[in-house]
Amino acid sequence: MRQFCLLALGLALTVVGKAAAQDTPVLIRGATILTAADAGKIENGAILFENGRISAVGLASDVQAPSNATVIDGTDKFVTPGIIDAHSHIAAESINEGSVSVSSMVSVMDVIDPTDIAIYREAAGGTTTSHVMHGSANPIGGQNAVIKHRWGEDAGGLLFQGAPPTIKFALGENPKRSRSAGTGLPQRYPASRMGVMDVIRQAFVEATEYRREWDAYEDRREGGDQGAIPPRRDLKLDPLVDILNGSLSVHAHSYRADEILQLMRVAEEFGFRIHTFQHVLEGYRVADEMAEHGAHASTFSDWWAYKVEAYEAIPHNAAIMTERGVVVSINSDSGEEGRHLNQEAAKTMKWGGLTEAQALALVTINPAIQLMIDDRVGSIEVGKDADVVLWENYPLSSYAKVRTTYVDGNVVFDVDQDREMRVRIAEEKAELLETLGEDEKEETGTRGGNR
Amino acid sequence: MSRTLGKIVAVGVITLLILSANEVFAQDGDTYVIRGATIHTVSSEPVKNGTIILRGGRIVAIGQNVDIPSGAQTIDGTGKHVYPGMIDAFSQLGLTEIGSVAATNDATEMGRFNPHLNAHTAIHPASEHIPVARANGITHTLAAPGGSGSGITGQATLVHLDGWTVEEMEIEKSAAMVMTWPSLATRGGRFGGFGGGGGRRSFDEVKRRFDEQVEEMDDWLVAAQHYKQAMDAGSTRLGRDLQLENLTRVLDRGMKVIIRANGHREIESAIEFAGKWNLDIVIAGASGARKVIDLLAEKSVAVILGPVQRLPSNQDDPYDDPNTLPGLLADAGVEIAFATFGSSDSRTLPYEAANSVSWGLAKDDAFEAITLGPARILGVADRLGSLEVGKVGNVIVTDGDPLEITTNIEHVFVRGVPSDLDNKHNRLWEEYKNRPLKAKAVTTT
Repeated sequence: MRQFCLLALGLALTVVGKAAAQDTPVLIRGATILTAADAGKIENGAILFENGRISAVGLASDVQAPSNATVIDGTDKFVTPGIIDAHSHIAAESINEGSVSVSSMVSVMDVIDPTDIAIYREAAGGTTTSHVMHGSANPIGGQNAVIKHRWGEDAGGLLFQGAPPTIKFALGENPKRSRSAGTGLPQRYPASRMGVMDVIRQAFVEATEYRREWDAYEDRREGGDQGAIPPRRDLKLDPLVDILNGSLSVHAHSYRADEILQLMRVAEEFGFRIHTFQHVLEGYRVADEMAEHGAHASTFSDWWAYKVEAYEAIPHNAAIMTERGVVVSINSDSGEEGRHLNQEAAKTMKWGGLTEAQALALVTINPAIQLMIDDRVGSIEVGKDADVVLWENYPLSSYAKVRTTYVDGNVVFDVDQDREMRVRIAEEKAELLETLGEDEKEETGTRGGNR
Repeated sequence: MSRTLGKIVAVGVITLLILSANEVFAQDGDTYVIRGATIHTVSSEPVKNGTIILRGGRIVAIGQNVDIPSGAQTIDGTGKHVYPGMIDAFSQLGLTEIGSVAATNDATEMGRFNPHLNAHTAIHPASEHIPVARANGITHTLAAPGGSGSGITGQATLVHLDGWTVEEMEIEKSAAMVMTWPSLATRGGRFGGFGGGGGRRSFDEVKRRFDEQVEEMDDWLVAAQHYKQAMDAGSTRLGRDLQLENLTRVLDRGMKVIIRANGHREIESAIEFAGKWNLDIVIAGASGARKVIDLLAEKSVAVILGPVQRLPSNQDDPYDDPNTLPGLLADAGVEIAFATFGSSDSRTLPYEAANSVSWGLAKDDAFEAITLGPARILGVADRLGSLEVGKVGNVIVTDGDPLEITTNIEHVFVRGVPSDLDNKHNRLWEEYKNRPLKAKAVTTT
């Protein structure tokens, strides 16, 4: 019976975890395609996608559509890969487990909220994949989730199947809780950058010991000792062992150059690598060290001065790190900013002088590399997922506007469909308000609130 | 007749004051010429292959065939574009440095009724935010006090974004009285509201508090009116009251009143209040103005809009609600200006304006809403906001459309003289892009 239940549960998960398939092939013809791949920019190009994958891309004259394809005229329009937001907090019921200094046992995947309207609104800005991250309350935070913006799917259906797991670390003001004074929150170690590094080091001392115990146990088992007793499972340390083994990648919230450097050194001490620094507003000061360590960087375009550790931030940060060999992305950290990452990327052309291709890479292929999903998304290449944006006009511009966003070949946003939908929603709301208003009048004799 | 004469005299005095101010601060001897550029005047058609001359702090000539005075410092404007400097119509520039550090924030005072406080007294001319904004072509701002909750927030100062002291920066010390309207939001509002946060409140409770707070505003104006009557009558029994003395200035449309209100019912209430008291008002924020566009147009109430790159106010609002609102207001004939309401992000002002262009606002109207529009709204269009002979020489030279992200601002003139485009960000960029490549040897020692 129990086995049957588990089997049923497994089936259910499989079903919900599978996104709807694309029914008809789509051909967009005559557009300028910015591929974010070796093909660069293709003028008067065409892209064909079928069954959720890109099946052809090239000059409009070279790409043939199957007879059942929906053909879209892309004249004067632009096509880019779907935008990937390497740092987001949308679609999550909660963000921070802030009561402990090490919260590696929790995961955002357990709290995905598929009803968050931000999923749709960001899709309307061309975003197709988001890295939904744990907050920055703890030196070692929780595990993150990678989702696709499949608006309308349930929580399981949003998850990016096959995306390697990631975990959040955090340095500086937030984990030392310098701004919690007077908020009524209990005091908690650490309270300084020294303490932050110590918490991380202590945790990996523990994790190294824990791994050694498990290795010893497995050696005994392999040596035929059937009586060997396994060490007690520790859900906090399991993820840290994964980090040590290189199967769980660290995304570390950071601001100041010194803390960025120190975390790399702590990681090197334990033989692992910081996969990506998040925010990393002073990355421009230690870009060579980051490149040498092999760390990526995911930063903001031009935010600064909102706190002390952001006071030396400069909008040239992405450009300097790029020039020095770091793989850089521009992220949102916000359900608003996630609606125009194309424009945020364009700012690096102005401040720092990146090329169009370099700027576009900051919000497409580079974040895909950082999330280790670049074999699936992040550029327009045959075989990749059909996560594609059709723009009304040039995307790296303050005038940019999305026409249609596709995820796995399905329309998740379209300007015309949106217009139709809002009429339906307005009608439905009016009907509901009518009912509510009547009830409230009867019950309370007062004017009903209408929002 | 005598009243008209009085007005003429008053205008004359003001003009003299302005002229004398500029005589003091501009370097009279220096003449600057930008030649061969496209001159986008905003007030009229662009002048192609045109020349603009700045002298004594002012624009003294614009045209295709103007004589270039000898000894003038000349910029070759071939392929370049000249525009008026941009105006951030509501900001906290100079009033805050680091958001999370209370010690650096002077925009917000205690108490809810502070008509006697003036931003001018706290503007920090050496703020790092000012050169950062200026380098992107923002040459003026209305520096406005903030406030927690509804009330009379204080007086806002219109400044040039260049000057050694606030006195050099000042255009209008008391450009407007800022009021923050109470909020009817049942979830606690971003602006105004009842201290923010907290759970959902019943509409009845919120409405009761709202009415009480509007009544408080009303009481303050009653008191100001009585104070004025007593003072005008030469009362000696009444002590001098700085709050009321300052508040009397808004009576009879004597000083512009900027009312921060977002929801449509809050805007309706503010307009009704202004009508009752004959106040010369502007609505600031206005994120929910969609439902009161006709009212704003009918009452000729101008609007200072916040960032276009914001989330829609309500869950079920269209995704592009912030983008379409400016065009709808402009189409209805409502005067609009854009503002950042911030400080560190003031440089993004042109991009905020641009984000309404693909949603119905004409490109020229978007640029006007960050130049001549706010100048008109703030009552300084006789001096600022467009390139016209006689206006203050606040001019930017660009390599393209200033609303476009990738356009570079190459020269900025404030009060007729070149401004330094250096700033904290450029300095750090120069310094660190030139950091010598890290030598391997350093790590192995």
